Amino acid sequence: MSTHAGGYSADPRIRRIEWLPWIVALAAFFLLPEYLSLGARILIYILYALSLDLIVGYAGIITLGHSAYFGLGAYVAGILAAKAGVTDPMVQLAAAAAAGALLGLLTGAIILRTRALTLLMLTLAITSVLLEIANKASSLTGGADGLSGVVIAPILGLFRFDIYGKTAYLYCLLVLLIGWFLVRKIIYSPFGTSLTGVRENSLRMHAIGAPVYWRLVLVYTLSATVAGVAGGLITQTNQFVGLNVLSFESAGELLVMLILGGVGRIYGAFVGPVVYLVAQDLLAKQFPEYWYFGIGTMLVLVVMFARGGILGILDGLIARMRRKA
Amino acid sequence: MNPVLETRALCKSFGALTVADRIDFRLEPGARHALIGPNGAGKTTFVNMLTGVLPPSSGRIVLGGEDITALGQAKRVKRGLGRTFQINALFRRLSVLDNVALAVAERLGVAPKMLRAANAHTDVRGEGMELLATLGLAEDAGQRILDLPYGKQRLVEIAIALGLKPRVLLLDEPAAGVPSLESHRILQVLDKLPKDIAIVIIEHDMDLVFRFAQRITVLVQGEVLVEGTPDEIGKDRRVHQVYLGEQRHA
Repeated sequence: MSTHAGGYSADPRIRRIEWLPWIVALAAFFLLPEYLSLGARILIYILYALSLDLIVGYAGIITLGHSAYFGLGAYVAGILAAKAGVTDPMVQLAAAAAAGALLGLLTGAIILRTRALTLLMLTLAITSVLLEIANKASSLTGGADGLSGVVIAPILGLFRFDIYGKTAYLYCLLVLLIGWFLVRKIIYSPFGTSLTGVRENSLRMHAIGAPVYWRLVLVYTLSATVAGVAGGLITQTNQFVGLNVLSFESAGELLVMLILGGVGRIYGAFVGPVVYLVAQDLLAKQFPEYWYFGIGTMLVLVVMFARGGILGILDGLIARMRRKA
Repeated sequence: MNPVLETRALCKSFGALTVADRIDFRLEPGARHALIGPNGAGKTTFVNMLTGVLPPSSGRIVLGGEDITALGQAKRVKRGLGRTFQINALFRRLSVLDNVALAVAERLGVAPKMLRAANAHTDVRGEGMELLATLGLAEDAGQRILDLPYGKQRLVEIAIALGLKPRVLLLDEPAAGVPSLESHRILQVLDKLPKDIAIVIIEHDMDLVFRFAQRITVLVQGEVLVEGTPDEIGKDRRVHQVYLGEQRHA
């Protein structure tokens, strides 16, 4: 797969291997019909992880609070569906995106003036504040009991969400395809290259006249928008919103998925959620009490022996084979 | 001739410690000017004030007739003030070409664009390659900085600054850490820099300073001790006492 670093020499054309995830996703739709609800959840987490990769992997913004935007998107879609009678999934998704964008812009403009540990703590604080608001505003959010009664109308008035999860799966796949295309476009653009410049050396970016702060605010807003869409999708597929969408654990889990797959590689955001959520599903069935032990072991191994994540291991193997050939 | 860069009574203090004391400095268009002084003389502080990294405690900085004292770093760069760093400040995991292209793209206003791919901006890539060719780095364009010898990394430092097409270029110890056998390469590059760029060089390598500079300013403890031609500085007894020791008497 190799890294997708963008840059002025990088060929932005989609390589053949980049169609592999989509072929696998379509094959799963036909071959594993009993796992479509897990599949839809994986697709949503891939989109969510892509939004995180944009800021962590490419812009170098470290965060433990990305669930704030995901959770807000989830609640906005849920409240519209359950309380305001807005049942059109497209409108819900647009509102979730707008809410994520707005919160991303407002919070990004404040927290991105700081760096390192201060920034990390502020991202944590934002998601904690939102969690508490959602908890207290129970008349709107359902509080600790969660928000039920989420009604989703057929997509474009044609495709009803069915109990087998077929519509949800294809719908999530389509939204992910659009999200992937946009994120990929950003990464290969001059803007994306300037983000990697900021990640590599913000001091030098200042010295070449780049408005570093505004670039970071912009990418943070874009990332929050995508996370908001992912949040909207989770509400639409679950038809329920719980407080866990805003939890620190959710943000931490996402970061673990991204590290597992490989940070700053686009497709690490694909591999990580697949491995993590499938492992979680299998381990939880086999060892209901100890399944987290398996996830933890996997993460420790990756962090200790494969800093580039699973894709980093694959890159290493491919490079070794090429050298031998 | 009107100076392209001028400071008037520029001061910087950290509490009771004064690191720059009423520095008056004039740089003519196209000048080759060296700033020398012992360690701790305030040279890098002076450059940091010029470029907007540090705000001066008092005094004024004038670039091309415009008071830029209150402007941020980015705006000073846009007005033609470029710099290099004493310790390499490169984009280490990016290619040599991307290092230069980032600067070119900022200057051309391409950097914030998202709709077209970076490699479709052939003007940026072309100018980057041209610049690398003039510095003898064309063959290394695709190499990551991490994989580049240190001497060449110092040249990339200069290439990035040149990508901004500055009116004034501040070179902070361009030969720092470069083995003496390779420093002639740096000097060759400096000699070939466009004549319309006014250059201020901070350097400890006195051979390089005296071969390159037309004028030299000596800073000591944050104050200008003396300014003059290389000949005048070489003969100045005070300079020998505080900085050069006896090496030029020999």
